[in-house]
Amino acid sequence: MVGNGNYISEHKIWDLLSQIPDPDIPVINITELGIVRQVIVDDFGKITVVITPSYSGCPAMSVFKEEIKNKLLENGATSVDLKIELSPPWTTDWLSDVTKNKLKKYGIAPPEEHSSDFIGLFSNKKVTCPHCNQNETKLTSQFGSTPCKSLWFCNLCHQPFEYFKCH
Amino acid sequence: MNTKDALIKYCTRLADNNLILGQRLAEWCSRGPILEEDLAMTNISLDLFGEAESIYEYISTLTDNHLSADDIAFLRSEREYSNTLLVELPNGDFAYTMAKQFLYASFAKLLYTSLLNSNDETLKGLSEKALKEVKYHIRHSSEWLIRFGNGTSESKTRVQNALNDIWKYTDDMFEMDEVDNELISTGIAFDLKDIYTQWNFSVSEILKEAKLTKPSNGLSIKGGYKGIHTEHLGHILTEMQYLQRAHPGAKW
Repeated sequence: MVGNGNYISEHKIWDLLSQIPDPDIPVINITELGIVRQVIVDDFGKITVVITPSYSGCPAMSVFKEEIKNKLLENGATSVDLKIELSPPWTTDWLSDVTKNKLKKYGIAPPEEHSSDFIGLFSNKKVTCPHCNQNETKLTSQFGSTPCKSLWFCNLCHQPFEYFKCH
Repeated sequence: MNTKDALIKYCTRLADNNLILGQRLAEWCSRGPILEEDLAMTNISLDLFGEAESIYEYISTLTDNHLSADDIAFLRSEREYSNTLLVELPNGDFAYTMAKQFLYASFAKLLYTSLLNSNDETLKGLSEKALKEVKYHIRHSSEWLIRFGNGTSESKTRVQNALNDIWKYTDDMFEMDEVDNELISTGIAFDLKDIYTQWNFSVSEILKEAKLTKPSNGLSIKGGYKGIHTEHLGHILTEMQYLQRAHPGAKW
């Protein structure tokens, strides 16, 4: 739809959406997180943004919905529809290496495995510490400050840190 | 019963299980035995609320009564709730809560796994999503059962007493009626007898590892799917629905 009247192009929409940060992890944006699945612009300029929740109960989702609408309406969109699709379910496999590096620089250990990897009971897996890069670490809790993270402690640099769970 | 009505009832049972268990777990907020467990229980509660909301939203697309997910959650009375009895039981101590979580999560995991083969695309998608979260829930509670069972005599006694007490409510999870029969015949849902066999096996495995005794089947209390509840559900709804009842239509 590029150049067709006043409509915003799909490319421009993706660009605008990538300016919306995750409210809990502001170094990454919602397109990097894999929340935005599809952008559709119909012949009348009506925009539909298809999104998927990271975790079913993630409170950030309501913030995302508001911000997506506001961002597009502020930038010339006349009508924005949000559609939520649960399938395929969100996975950390959609995070690129660039995104994972951003998480690490921010102090959050990025997901290290594939979502389909089996984790048994009392797993003795050690996550690499995002601060000192060693893996003498210990799981403190499978659950953290947001649904997507678990709590860890580094036995070498004695820093607590969060791990973006493989999901 | 036609397929659509059966599907609405089936989904309501599933969503009510999630909502009521989520509400129960949320009661632990700020009361957990340690900070990490406080976080764990409220995180699991949040997952359950999210799963309930998605299912209520699906239900509202199936009905013509224009009720929103919030209306369904906050404006029904006790007899209209069709959750299984186990999820409404009071929390008791931490061991009691973990025993409940373990028995329910083991059921939920198998139920959602079966629904991956459902020919209702939405139910299948919801299950695919929920299953990823339930895996954390079952790992969390299984590990606690094993720790309690192999811990001190106090922890072992408490968790064993909890299992003995809760066991009579477990049969209710596997109750079936014309709703299930209709959905089984149309390939939307599956026979809970098969799920019971798998549940019995997986629960036994963890109890063995925890050196706990599986309670024997004796008294069994049922009725949740039919809206016949223990005295506890009314109290949960009183607290959960207070705001919407006192200030109808109030928005967050």
